Order: sequence, then structure tokens, then C-alpha cells
Amino acid sequence: MRPELKNFKGFTLKNLPEYEGFAQGHRACQGCGTVLPLRLALKALGPNTIAVTSTGCMEIVSSPFPYTSWNVPWIHVAFENSATVASGIEAAIKALKRKGKLKSKEKINVVVFAGDGATFDIGLQWLSGALERGHDFVYICLDNEAYMNTGVQRSGATPFGAHTTTSPAGKIIKGQTTWKKNLMGIVIAHNIPYAATANPAFPIDLMNKVKKAALVNGPAFIHVYATCPTGWGTKSEDSLLTAKLAVETRVFPLYEVIDGKYIINRKVDKPKPVEEYLKIQRRFRHLTPEQIAYIQERVNQEYEKLLKLAESFGETQTEQKDE
Amino acid sequence: MTKKFAKEVSIAVAEAVAQCKVDVISAYPITPQTHIVEHLAELVNNGELDAEYIPVESEHAAMSACIGAAATGARTFTSTSAQGLLLMYETLFIASGMRLPIVMALVNRSVSAPISIWNDHSDVMSMRDAGWIHFFAENGQQAVDLIYHAYKVAEKTLLPVAVNIDGFILSHVVEPVTFLDQNLLDKYLPPLKIKYKLDPKNPITIGAIGVPEIYTEAKKAQDEALKASYKIILQAWKDFEKLTGRKYLPVETYQMEDAEVAIVIMGSLAENAMNAVDILRAKGKKVGVVRIRLWRPFPTKDFLKAIGKVKTLCVVDRAVSHGATGGPVGIEVRSALYQSNKRPRVLNLIAGLSGRDVTKEDFVEIFEKTFETLTKKPTTPYEIYGVKE
Ligand SMILES: Cc1ncc(C[n+]2csc(CCOP(=O)(O)OP(=O)(O)O)c2C)c(N)n1
Ligand code: SF4
Ligand SMILES: [Mg+2]
Repeated sequence: MRPELKNFKGFTLKNLPEYEGFAQGHRACQGCGTVLPLRLALKALGPNTIAVTSTGCMEIVSSPFPYTSWNVPWIHVAFENSATVASGIEAAIKALKRKGKLKSKEKINVVVFAGDGATFDIGLQWLSGALERGHDFVYICLDNEAYMNTGVQRSGATPFGAHTTTSPAGKIIKGQTTWKKNLMGIVIAHNIPYAATANPAFPIDLMNKVKKAALVNGPAFIHVYATCPTGWGTKSEDSLLTAKLAVETRVFPLYEVIDGKYIINRKVDKPKPVEEYLKIQRRFRHLTPEQIAYIQERVNQEYEKLLKLAESFGETQTEQKDE
Repeated sequence: MTKKFAKEVSIAVAEAVAQCKVDVISAYPITPQTHIVEHLAELVNNGELDAEYIPVESEHAAMSACIGAAATGARTFTSTSAQGLLLMYETLFIASGMRLPIVMALVNRSVSAPISIWNDHSDVMSMRDAGWIHFFAENGQQAVDLIYHAYKVAEKTLLPVAVNIDGFILSHVVEPVTFLDQNLLDKYLPPLKIKYKLDPKNPITIGAIGVPEIYTEAKKAQDEALKASYKIILQAWKDFEKLTGRKYLPVETYQMEDAEVAIVIMGSLAENAMNAVDILRAKGKKVGVVRIRLWRPFPTKDFLKAIGKVKTLCVVDRAVSHGATGGPVGIEVRSALYQSNKRPRVLNLIAGLSGRDVTKEDFVEIFEKTFETLTKKPTTPYEIYGVKE
């Protein structure tokens, strides 16, 4: 176990901080499940935090000048380069502290919030560089599975079969033709100390992962499943239901990788059929039974792979309470 | 006593940067910038410079890291050339729009295609409108001094500054340079203190959306800041002159008092042009050189004063502005003249592309060509000089 996490005291329903790093009054859509995990993450990090956000929905809804939703110091530079902006911030903190120009005894958390487009696609090189160089920062990818800010275009994170405006459900080609990019695999290949998946339907688990990510020395990455009622064609009130089903159907398993060791946080022994997950989202409504069968099969395979990885470390589940 | 050292200009530039006690360096190697960033890495790894060196994976990342570091209150440095500058492009505008005092040594090189590592000004001209302050060095001493000035000016104006150094023909030559005494430099350049920065004790939002109601005003404010930098630059140069006796002006002249024709040029080729002046003056020809040291903000008044009563100006550009009415400097000069009653003829030559030598003999020829325009108007708005038929 990492020394930084040895005496880890997690959040429970009883000790949630009242602190909010992200203020109300932002302009996200009703039921947005992308802004929710962002808010929870800032709650977990606390005020001694500097945040960087990539261009995308979360940047747009939070910063129409002269308004801001950010109670922490915040910077938005561009779409693809947040990991590197964070590298610069972290390096500056290091240098200024060492030279006595910055007097802060506590650790200042440096956190990135970036969409799937910013992370899986355009910013992958910037992310890779920052992870490889070992900067002490937390990168949170809020994966709502398409470029929402520009009008729901496909990304490398868009799931197979999903309709987006650039992978439309046409007469011949029906939605996204490729499987979601294995970003966690790519990230883990950088041998960083901490990586995890999280989901806003499991808020305590999410907050604890953010806290751990901040505690470890070096780069930490959290792949957050983030819902988008507007882009997915789900009811706003179903945002968390969709998110929960993603875990219960094994579509988006919850796990951590600490120093290369896989730990499944929530084993799903009796999964619900993926169809239950797909049928409540308009982006999947054109799917044929063959496509659904293919998705089911592939989801099973991916989950089996993950189980084997976790079993090879002799650990498959950690205690986690959320309900 | 100030000692003179024989140094490769790149090494001298790196040492001047180190003397400025930068906190964060972020760079990606590209010829001919490499010696600067290699030497800085060496200084850091040998414990001679207390700074974080971020060896990023691209130039876009180099500027991105500088932006993050500068926004946190660190003194930052980067350096690049040509393709690297173009890969950085998006972030150049963000650095200036966010008013971050980043300093860059831009080791000027041609832009591909065709790919070439040699010197001209096509890289810097691509960022002409990016809101940076631009200095042009002519020799090694100026390159060193302009680095000191760059930090002084950047931190007073909250604008990024590029020090342009011609690749190879300046960056890689060994020249005698004098470094400013560290104590004097520390007084000239006090530690960076930025009021608005990323600090959990005083959270602010940087990089908010410029909605249409505010974007124009934001740009106006930025433009005013760049214009206002002019006075700050003059002051920085005056203060420096008091310390060293070395004088810097936005536009410098050579033998312009009674010149009939003059060459206008930026960068290190000015030295060859001045040698040509000496040759021609010996023969009684009234020729001079106008050397633009400050390219942005463009010092129109100084320029108009510098040209005296010349009858023809030959603007020697080091870059092509495809499809335009001249080379970038030629366009600028014509536009400046339009604001004045002076109307010398303008001959605009584009010369020295991709390291093609423009020797003092070439400049003699260019002067002779310029003399012809006293009786005969130039037939084209600009001409690419020295094309092999
Ligand atoms: C270099 C560049 N290319 C394209 C864009 C346009 N753009 C802005 S945000 C965005 C998509 C954002 O998608 P994602 O990262 O998934 O965030 P989301 O809005 O979905 O939360 C795009 C394509 C841009 N701002 N910069
Ligand atoms: S488009 Fe989607 S991600 Fe963007 S604010 Fe609306 S619900 Fe949230
Ligand atoms: Mg997205």
C-alpha cells in the first residue's frame, strides 16, 4: 500500500464537508450529470486547490464574464492542454516554495477537469507528457461520451452504436462504429501511482477517490462516467438512474489501480442486461437486436478481463458504502 | 570591473536567463534554438540555477506550461524556432490575452515547406499580431541585454516579450559579451510580484468566456496596454543605460544625418548593411541604415524621425507575406509613412530567405539599386532579391 494512503480516512455520509468549491447558479442543463461529479470533486478537495478546466461544457457553464462559479482559483487556457497548464502550475508551486516566495505549509492541490474530447482525443499527447513527467496533480476526465459543448459530436469515448451528430444513425451506418477507447489502459501504462474510475451515482466512492488522488505524490487520474441528458436523450430526472445502471450492467465498472494493482470496488455478480441501460437513452434507440447482442457480449468480455486482472492481485473488492 | 567573455551567443543568452533567476523553464528542442535550452538544462542539473525545468513533449505544451506557471506567479522562460513557434501558435495569443509576463527567445528560422533550418524572419512574422512585445537583436551583446530588458518590461507591462535572435548567423557565432553584474541586475530586475495570480488565499477566475458584451472591451484594454508599453520600454532602456552606458532605442540609425537613401532592416543583417555604408561613404555616397529594434509596438514616431530627409527607403524584409502588397516590414513602413507628410519612395526587397547570405557586397548592390529609384520609380511594390534565373 502507498504510504500516503496508509491511514486513509474516507468520507462517509456523516462527515461530508459543507464546503462547496463550485457555486450554484451555473448554466449547466437540468439534470446535468457532468457538473455534479465536478462539484463533488471540489467538495472533496477543499479550498486549498487550484483548478484547470479544458474548453468544453464545464468551462462554458461556469465562466461567462463577469460571473464565475469557481470558489477556488481557476484557469481555463484551451481545449487540449490542461494537463500541461497544470504541469506549469505544479512546477511553479514547487519552485516558489523552494525559494521561499510562496508560503503555504499545506499541500496545494492542482486539479484538472477535462471532458472526454479534451482527454481521449485532442489532449492525449499533453496528458501523456504530464503523466510521464510525474507532476503531482489530479486529472479528472468528465466523460460524457461526446463533444457536448459543440453540439454532441462523436469522440473516441463515444460508445459503440451511439448516435451523435457526426456518427448519426443513418440508413446504412447506424451510429458509432468503434468501441470506446481504453483510456484507463493507456493511462495505467504510464505507471502512475493512482488511477480510478468513478461515477456520480456513487458519490461517496467518487469523493474518496478524489481525496486519495490528491493525497498520493505524483500524477493521479480519475475517469469519471458523466451523464448528459441533453446529448444522450435521457430524461433529466433519469441522470443518476442511467449512471447507476452503467455500473449495474457492467458497462462502466468501478475500480482503482494503485501502483499498478487493480482493485474492483464494486463487483457486479448479477448484472442487469445492457438492454436495460440502452433502452432509456435516445442515442441508442435505433440499435438492432444484433447490435445489442454484440454490445452485451463485448461488455461481458471487458468485465471478465478486468476481473482477471484484479484476481491476479488477489483482491477484488474493497469496502465501500454509498447508499 | 565588467569582464568581456567570448561566448557562443546561445550560451550567453542562456546565462543571461539564468542571471534573471527564472523559476520555471519549459521548452522543446528545435534547431537552431537547441543550445539555449540545453545549456539551461545543464545549469539546472548542475545546481547552478534554482529553477524547475519542464522538458515537455511539444512546443504547444512548452507555452502551455509557461502559461500555467506565469499565472501562478513564477518567472518563466521558453525558447523556440520556426515549426515550434507554429505549433505553439494557439497559445501565443492566450499568453498575451491573459497578460502573462512570459519571455521567449525566438531564434529565427524559416518556416516549412520546403523545410529548412536556416535563418529568416518568416517564423516571427506569423505571430506579428499575437499581442507580444518584440525586440530584435543585432549582435551577441544585444541578445544578452535584451533578455534583461525583456523581463523588466514584461513584468512591468504584464505582456509577454519575444527577443528575436537570428538563427545560426547570430545564435551560433562566438562574440564578445559583457554580463551585467549580478547585484546591479538584481536591482534592475527585482523579484516578480504579481497581484492577480492563482492563489488559494485569494481565488480568482482566469480565462473566462468573453461574451460579445465584453470581448471588444477586453481587446481594447489589451491593445492599450501594448501601446502603453512603449513608454515603459523606453524607461527600461534609460535605466539600463545609466547602469551600463549601453544605449538602446526603438529605432537606431547609422549615418542617417545627411543620407539620401537608406536601408531599413531588422536583426543581425543590419551589421552587413552598415559595413556597406562604410564602403559607400568612403566613395562619398550619402547612404545610411535604419535599424528597427522594437518591432511591436511599432514605434512610428521614432521611425519617422529616424528616416530624416531620405529620398528613397529600401526596406529589406526577411519574410514573404504571400499575396500582400509587400513584405511585412515594407507594409508597416508604408503604413507609417502614410501618417506623415514625408513621402520618400519605397523599394521593398525580400532578401536572405532561409539563410541565403546577404553580404556587405550584396548590400552595396542593394544601395546602388536604391539609388536608381531616385530617377526611376520602382516598377513593382516588392521584389524577391537575388533569385537565380
Ligand atoms: C483546438 C480546438 N479545436 C476545437 C475546439 C472546439 N471545441 C470546443 S469544446 C469542444 C468539445 C468538448 O468536448 P469534451 O471535451 O468532451 O467536453 P464536453 O463539452 O463534452 O463536456 C470542441 C470540439 C476548440 N475549442 N479548440
Ligand atoms: S450539454 Fe450535457 S454536459 Fe453540457 S451542460 Fe448540458 S447536460 Fe451538462
Ligand atoms: Mg464530452
